[in-house]
Amino acid sequence: MDEYALIMRHEDGGKIASPEQMQIWMKQTMDWIGGIAAQNKFSGGTGLPFENSKVVWHNNVVTNGPFGDIKETIGGFITVKADSVEEAVEFAKGCPVLQGEGNSVEVRKIAKRDGVH
Amino acid sequence: MNQQELIPHLFRTEFRKITAVLCKLFGIEHIEIAEDLASETFLTALETWTYKGIPQNPTAWLYSVAKNKARNYITRNNIFEGKIAKQIRSSPLETEEIEIDLSEQNITDSQLQMLFAICHPAIPTEAQIGLALRILCGFGIDEIANAFLTNKENINKRLFRAREKLRTEKVEIGFPSKTEINKRLEAVLTTLYLLFSEGYYSESNDTVLREDLCQEAMRLISLLIENEQTNLPNVNALYSLMCFHASRFEARKNENGEIILYQDQDETLWNKELITKGIYHLNLSSHGNKISKYHLEASIAYWHTIKADTKEKWEAILQLYNQLLQIEYSPVAALNRTFVLSKANSKKEAIIEAEKLNLTSNHFYFVLLGELYTGVDNVKAKQNFQQALVLAKTNTDKQTIQKKIDNLLHH
Repeated sequence: MDEYALIMRHEDGGKIASPEQMQIWMKQTMDWIGGIAAQNKFSGGTGLPFENSKVVWHNNVVTNGPFGDIKETIGGFITVKADSVEEAVEFAKGCPVLQGEGNSVEVRKIAKRDGVH
Repeated sequence: MNQQELIPHLFRTEFRKITAVLCKLFGIEHIEIAEDLASETFLTALETWTYKGIPQNPTAWLYSVAKNKARNYITRNNIFEGKIAKQIRSSPLETEEIEIDLSEQNITDSQLQMLFAICHPAIPTEAQIGLALRILCGFGIDEIANAFLTNKENINKRLFRAREKLRTEKVEIGFPSKTEINKRLEAVLTTLYLLFSEGYYSESNDTVLREDLCQEAMRLISLLIENEQTNLPNVNALYSLMCFHASRFEARKNENGEIILYQDQDETLWNKELITKGIYHLNLSSHGNKISKYHLEASIAYWHTIKADTKEKWEAILQLYNQLLQIEYSPVAALNRTFVLSKANSKKEAIIEAEKLNLTSNHFYFVLLGELYTGVDNVKAKQNFQQALVLAKTNTDKQTIQKKIDNLLHH
């Protein structure tokens, strides 16, 4: 069994959603993760809020952004267990982020710490 | 109470106290001697009381006999002379004056310390539960065998190996240090959780025994709550969980001892006092900053104390299951979560999710699918219930499933 990171990418992270909309997304995301966890395929994950976040540049220059939102923004990621990348893709298809046009979920295999990869 | 009832009753309440105190005095490597002396005390009571009648204060009588037996043992036994008496003598007391402290405080402390000793990480969990039942709950080998649906020989072997382990690991009877407490407490809570579950979900037909197991688990956990050092959020969460579950004991079975499912229970039979107690401890459990699986399970159990079938209730329970599964996966939680999903969202959505679980060796998986298909596609519902019937192990489960198949005809 391999591990994959499902990275949620928003086309425009600067969009402000209403609290109600946020709540709906929150619930959808929790149900999505819960469904993966119910198959014993959930490994971990975290949201990546912009609050209290910084970007560290060359020569240790620290700024409050931009957070890779020139083209798109990473909203968070979860890691799942899957037998194949196809299975991981099936999990990703359920991600509520995909309801937004232009949004995407990047599926990346996590390197095993076995000295080979 | 006549003698026939009194001795078993006292055995249940006092055997463990005497054992715990003596074991703490002798050291855990001599756990069997402590058990033997406690047993002998009851044997003496049986012989003496039959002829001379029940003494005025039976408990005090037992304690004084146990003290005498322990003193005699210490002074007369050669092994003891060599090994333990030396240790005890290094304390200011002379052997002849050994103080065997059967005060309430020392009994409580000894039991709590024994609990931590028994739940040593070197001992397999099943054996921990066995030892706890024997030493801290005063269960007979027969009763333990019955609870675990196995025979006496197996339990004896299991307990023997566990005692050996306590000896070889040189486990000390004492209260863990502050830094050690959280680590050790985890194992203690697991044991108590399983002890309670053993009673609550037991496949043994002995309902009295089942409730006893639950009550013993609750008694032991209340020892932890009464102690300042172990009165911690996750302990309160687990206690709260037990209170909520135990509140439904009366409503869970009919006069024939058959299980009544949650939705069919008469909620007027739910124990209000235990529910209130559960809420009280659930509030106490929220003082930390870590959410344990006990917190989540207790919160789920709390919502189940509200019978009303509201969207809000199922939505709250669904989110709790979502979190619970992220902390710790279990097939039962996965199945429950999917059932709750059908209540909070829709049956259609739940069917898609249920089929992904693929728990095809578990009869509850097919029960769930049967439930979800009922009213949506009764042919598929029936197929799933029949598959469940094939896989079900106990008669109670088979009866429950058969009833569901029969009910399908009325849909």
